Amino acid sequence: MRSGPEVTADRQQAHLVIDSNFLAVRQGLQMLCEAPPLADLAEDPRGTAELVLAEVLNNLVEHGYRTEKGEIDITLRMSGARIDCAILDSGLPMPDGQPPAGSLPACADVPVDALPEGGFGWHLIRTLTDDLAYRRTGAQNRLTFSLPALC
Amino acid sequence: MQLKTVTRHNMLVVHVMQDRIDAACALEFKEAMREATAAPSARIVLDLAQVQFLDSSGLGAVVAVMKLLAPNRQLELSGLTATVAKVFRLTRMDTIFTIHTSIEDAARHAVRA
Repeated sequence: MRSGPEVTADRQQAHLVIDSNFLAVRQGLQMLCEAPPLADLAEDPRGTAELVLAEVLNNLVEHGYRTEKGEIDITLRMSGARIDCAILDSGLPMPDGQPPAGSLPACADVPVDALPEGGFGWHLIRTLTDDLAYRRTGAQNRLTFSLPALC
Repeated sequence: MQLKTVTRHNMLVVHVMQDRIDAACALEFKEAMREATAAPSARIVLDLAQVQFLDSSGLGAVVAVMKLLAPNRQLELSGLTATVAKVFRLTRMDTIFTIHTSIEDAARHAVRA
C-alpha cells in the first residue's frame, strides 16, 4: 500500500500516484476524499467528484491497462468554484484517439433480461464534468476535466 | 461482501452491511446476492441504507441481480443515500426499479398492493 496524497501547504492541490487495480482505486479514492481539496467540499460535490474519479480510474484499470499494468497519476487542483483534474497514464490510447461519447444505454421498454449492466461510466463522466479534454503524447495519455466544487 | 438477510412477512430483506459497492467488489456482491436470495420468497428488497458509494460497476451488479431473479421474482430497492440515488437518476435506472425510502415504506407498499 502506498502513502497518501501529497497536498500543497495552501490546501489547494493534491497529487497521488496509484497502481492500476480496482483495490488501489478504492484506496486512492478514499485517501483523496479525506485530504484537501476534496475534504474541504460539501458532501454533494465531494460525492460527485468521487463518482467521476472512480469511473475514470476504473476505466483505466479495465481498458487502458488491460494488457499491461502500470501507474495512474492524479492531480486535483481547486480553481475558483471548480476543481481541475488531470489524470495521466501510460496504458493503451483511447480508441479512435478520443474519449467515448458516453451515450446512455437504453433501458425504457427493454425486457428485463436485456437490461444494460454496463456502459454507464462515460455517460456519468460526460454528464458531471466540464472542459473534458484528452491528449496522447508519446506513450502517455492525459485526460483533463473540471468538477463543481460548490453545491 | 457482508449481507444480512431478514424475512419479514412475505418479504426477504437483504441489508448490505458495507459502505461501498464498487468495481473492487461488484462480482463478489453478485455472488453473495445469489446465495442470499436462494430461499424462496415472493418479494426481495435490497436495503442500501448503509451504502455511501456505488459506482457504475456496482450499479451493473444490482441490475445483474435483478436479471438473475427474473422473471418470477422482482428486486426492489430501499434506503438510497444521496450519492447512490444520483447514480440511479443519471442512468435512468430509477425508472426500472421500485425504490422505497425505507424498509417500513416497502412493507406498507405490500399492504396497499
